[in-house]
Amino acid sequence: MSLPPRRAVLPSIALLLLLAACSGGKKESAGKGAPVPDVPAYGDAIVEGSIGDVSGFLTAVTTDASSHEAAGYVFNGLVRYDRNLKLEGELAESWEVSPDGKKITFHLRKGVKWHDGAPFTSDDVMFTYRRMIDPRTPTAYGEDFRQVKRASAPDPGTFVVEYARPFAPALASWGMHVLPKHLLENYPDISKSPLNRKPLGTGPYRFVEWKTGEKVVFDANPDYFEGKPYIARVITRVIPDQATMFLELKSGGVDIMTLTPPQYVRQTETAEFRKSFNRYKYTASGYTYLGFRLSHPFFRDRRVRQAIAFAADKKALIDGVLLGLGQAATGPYKPGTWAYNPNVRKYPHEPARAKALLAEAGWKEKDGVLVKDGQPFEFTVLTNAGNDARAKTAAILQQNLAEVGIRMKIRTVEWAAFINEFIDKRKFDAVILGWNITPDPDQFDIWHSSKTGPKELNHVGFANPEVDRLLDEGRSTFDLERRKKAYFRIQEVLAEEQPYVFLYVPEALPVVHNRFRGIVPAPAGITYNFIKWYVPAALQKHRIQP
Amino acid sequence: MLRYIARRLLLTVPLLVGISLISFLMMHMAPGGPIGAGTDMNPKATAESRARLQAYYGLDQPLHVQYGRWLGRMATLDFGDSFSPDGRPVAEKIKERIPITLTINVLSMGLIFLVAVPVGVYSAVRRGSLFDRISTVAVFTGFAIPTFWLALLMMILFGVKLGWLPISGISSMDFDSLGTLGKIADRGRHLVLPVLLAGFGGLAGMSRYMRSNMLEVIRQDYIATARAKGLPERTVVFRHAMRNALLPVITILGLSVPDLLGGSVIFETIFAIPGMGQLFYQGVMSRDYPLIMGILTIGAFLTLLGNLLADVGYALADPRIRQG
Amino acid sequence: MGRDFAHRLLRNRLAAAGGAVILFFFLVSALPGLFASHEPNRIDIVNILRPPSAAHPLGTDDLGRDVLARVVHGARVSLKVGFVAVGIATALGLLVGLLSGFYGGWVDAVLMRFVDMMLCFPTFFLILSVIAFLEPSIWNIMAVIGLTGWMGVARLVRAETLSIKERDFVAAARAQGAGDARIIFRHVLPNTLAPILVAATLGVAGAILTESALSFLGIGVQPPTPSWGNILTAGKDNIEYAWWLSLFPGLAILVTVLGYNLLGEGIRDAADPRLKGR
Repeated sequence: MSLPPRRAVLPSIALLLLLAACSGGKKESAGKGAPVPDVPAYGDAIVEGSIGDVSGFLTAVTTDASSHEAAGYVFNGLVRYDRNLKLEGELAESWEVSPDGKKITFHLRKGVKWHDGAPFTSDDVMFTYRRMIDPRTPTAYGEDFRQVKRASAPDPGTFVVEYARPFAPALASWGMHVLPKHLLENYPDISKSPLNRKPLGTGPYRFVEWKTGEKVVFDANPDYFEGKPYIARVITRVIPDQATMFLELKSGGVDIMTLTPPQYVRQTETAEFRKSFNRYKYTASGYTYLGFRLSHPFFRDRRVRQAIAFAADKKALIDGVLLGLGQAATGPYKPGTWAYNPNVRKYPHEPARAKALLAEAGWKEKDGVLVKDGQPFEFTVLTNAGNDARAKTAAILQQNLAEVGIRMKIRTVEWAAFINEFIDKRKFDAVILGWNITPDPDQFDIWHSSKTGPKELNHVGFANPEVDRLLDEGRSTFDLERRKKAYFRIQEVLAEEQPYVFLYVPEALPVVHNRFRGIVPAPAGITYNFIKWYVPAALQKHRIQP
Repeated sequence: MLRYIARRLLLTVPLLVGISLISFLMMHMAPGGPIGAGTDMNPKATAESRARLQAYYGLDQPLHVQYGRWLGRMATLDFGDSFSPDGRPVAEKIKERIPITLTINVLSMGLIFLVAVPVGVYSAVRRGSLFDRISTVAVFTGFAIPTFWLALLMMILFGVKLGWLPISGISSMDFDSLGTLGKIADRGRHLVLPVLLAGFGGLAGMSRYMRSNMLEVIRQDYIATARAKGLPERTVVFRHAMRNALLPVITILGLSVPDLLGGSVIFETIFAIPGMGQLFYQGVMSRDYPLIMGILTIGAFLTLLGNLLADVGYALADPRIRQG
Repeated sequence: MGRDFAHRLLRNRLAAAGGAVILFFFLVSALPGLFASHEPNRIDIVNILRPPSAAHPLGTDDLGRDVLARVVHGARVSLKVGFVAVGIATALGLLVGLLSGFYGGWVDAVLMRFVDMMLCFPTFFLILSVIAFLEPSIWNIMAVIGLTGWMGVARLVRAETLSIKERDFVAAARAQGAGDARIIFRHVLPNTLAPILVAATLGVAGAILTESALSFLGIGVQPPTPSWGNILTAGKDNIEYAWWLSLFPGLAILVTVLGYNLLGEGIRDAADPRLKGR
């Protein structure tokens, strides 16, 4: 097999990378060589490694992370989260909420064009709203839109929605991608429209091609309303295996991916790796928990739940599962965000206190196992198969609990069966699972006592009148201070009650090839300013013809 | 002959129906459904939206109605639409995935054939020799080594350390700008590792089969006669013995179709190849019923086709069977 | 068979080596304490991913567990998967083969069409779907591998039964009033023993490999229970840094599967009466 000419070029690229390492200044790595002028330039391509393929580009009808990420290049919503996870206008220039909190008026950005040149107007927003509540649209996100009592588009630049009562999460729901009416109105089921495979939006990148299971290609949109993105081309490559993806990164086949903790800690420390890549670290929007079925005779007693919280060694979990790249969770919100209450009851690793609490609850130790009314303290924790971090978490908790005389068995079930057979039917003692933390703190569905039915998300069966009331209060006002007060109190109650033992919040660990500049880590991560990323002209690896 | 083929083809129909029925029942008795993938643990999905989705996919109908519908559509070769959010026809999805999987399988089968036949013949002729023993251990090693482990080791060696071959995928970034020859070379470079690995893994079956056939043939009277006539050993082995020993190997080619298809799940996952194996795995994980049914049916059809081709080939080569 | 058979088998050095490997791992899984002093599930956060040392001859894994202990205890799990799966497959194959061959007629027709159908499934696809749809517990894995692997044995037993049924001595036995059971146990089974043994040896090897492939996809035997497949999979993600974590379970699988294959081949050769004296 003959080698294509590309190979011959590689050494010189490697040399350039070496040179690249010293300029900049905000990266972790440093190197030697002549400085490269660090000025923004258009051009080059970035190859993104993705575990899963896109399933479709219309986010109304897809639910997986890969699809939503890819669609984000092409489409915009009325609003989005900024670098500090605060809502800001995207297609909406501004908005007002009426004093009674029931009416939101969006003022749309002017002069925005769809990629085919058609103007973007409030008709498109109206169309999107109608499709979201249309029973023919197979969407999982219709609920927020069904809260709307009346929607109107008084002129091409204005869109107004009215709610029966103030509904705080409403604003965030308008981050839903706006669909082009002129291309979709003839498709009663948008999931079957060609746009789901060949999207056309208002976003910073234009769709070029999607080779199923292989890659998706986007080119920069020169007419993007926030300016033309510097990086000319984005290629998302599907690489299902994490180990393969890492090898691709090291050999130049991938420019950006998410590292696992062992990769971050053990395999990217070498000088050679640091010369070519920049690693980043920021708090991920998610946490892992041990949840109890609260109707279980063992776990009905709050002291038992608190005892398990004292027995769980969160430090060991963070060190063992995340190799130190995470922090202890104290409640269901992301540390450092406005809704997060840092002053709640904490549960350090204190086996002695755990034992005392268990004894108080009537559990007596016999041959190393706790017994009450002749019954040994033995239960099964369930988690889903194929999730390495959760499996490790279970193994460590098993050891922690054994130290205080509790025998915990571990059972792993594949996701679909896990949800349908065990969670939905409430056939579990305890589970290890995780939640994503949304920027809006409304967690009505997870904690409200009305949400304990089958398929609903309060699967542990948590019911607390005070929390019910606070959840209601928190979602029915736009007043940030009032919301904050409600959510702070909710966290205090949850910390006291421990319906979950909140375990840890991991760090997100992206790695990017260091020819890419302009990356500024923020609470929202690194990709919020993607269109401002660039490669200095001298370092560009790929020549992209526009 | 034509009538034989026609009869065999006709016989595949009830087999396919049976296979589809088994697959169908197996899937629908399993916990979890296609709706779950998008709505489970999704705060924004409600009971109503779930029920709507159920009706949308026809999952609210009784089982026999669902199966009847599926079978009815199959009669017109309509595989139905996938349950995944893109909602594309299953046939289309399979069509775009099948070429790469078949290419890899055909190439590795060719490789197996090219290596296994001489190895089998030689170790039969030199039974018990050092070559026989070494080749025995070597071909079984290929079978015994966990594929994904060897694959990673090869990627590290040839992809990262030596930089000779691409690590994964089926084409380079600049694939579209290459000429026809360049495209072929590029695709070829990407396929070297997967084909070599699949070939190495499948060597054992074929070469051992060849060896034992050869041993069988060598014992036959006509070989003894040929030897007694003083024909050179080369002629005896290659002209007389090998030809007869090769014949049954044709059938084993047909029988190995299901194994190769099954193995493609692992290959395609580790090498990031967008083929049928990956498609099936994703289908299983998201409970995409029409897709699973489609692939199982096509897989079964390919197997039956492989068997039929093998039998026909065998019949053509062996006059005794043609008459029977 | 008998002494002659054993003698021939032992003279085949490859088969003997294979047998020795198998015996060794039997010993390992019967007496794990003899080979590893550590607990396989003892987590030690301070000693994560440590290379081989005096305290941990094969190093530690990503939770600081002793790799030697995990490989040793994994031997038991992996061999159990192999044996139970093959046990199920053989029992089922025998049953179907005997019924089919002995009773013929429509029983035979129905069963054989069913065998044809099962042979057309890409087996791994089938195993994958069942495991994913149910639960990747060790029992399900064994059952599914067994339930998808019996067709070969069934065909083999059926063919043998058919040929024996026609022989004179069976007719004679029948004339003397021997029942079906007696004919099956006295005449059919002994004749099919060698090929079944060969199929079973190869089946164990196949089941161990299938389990490791399922582990690679995340639906094999689930951690913390150690199996060779899931230790290897855990090692895969650290393959460049922590080579010991993939090398040792990988070698264990390689050597064991190789051993079973060589033994199987040896049994086939030794049992083939036509090869006598060569």
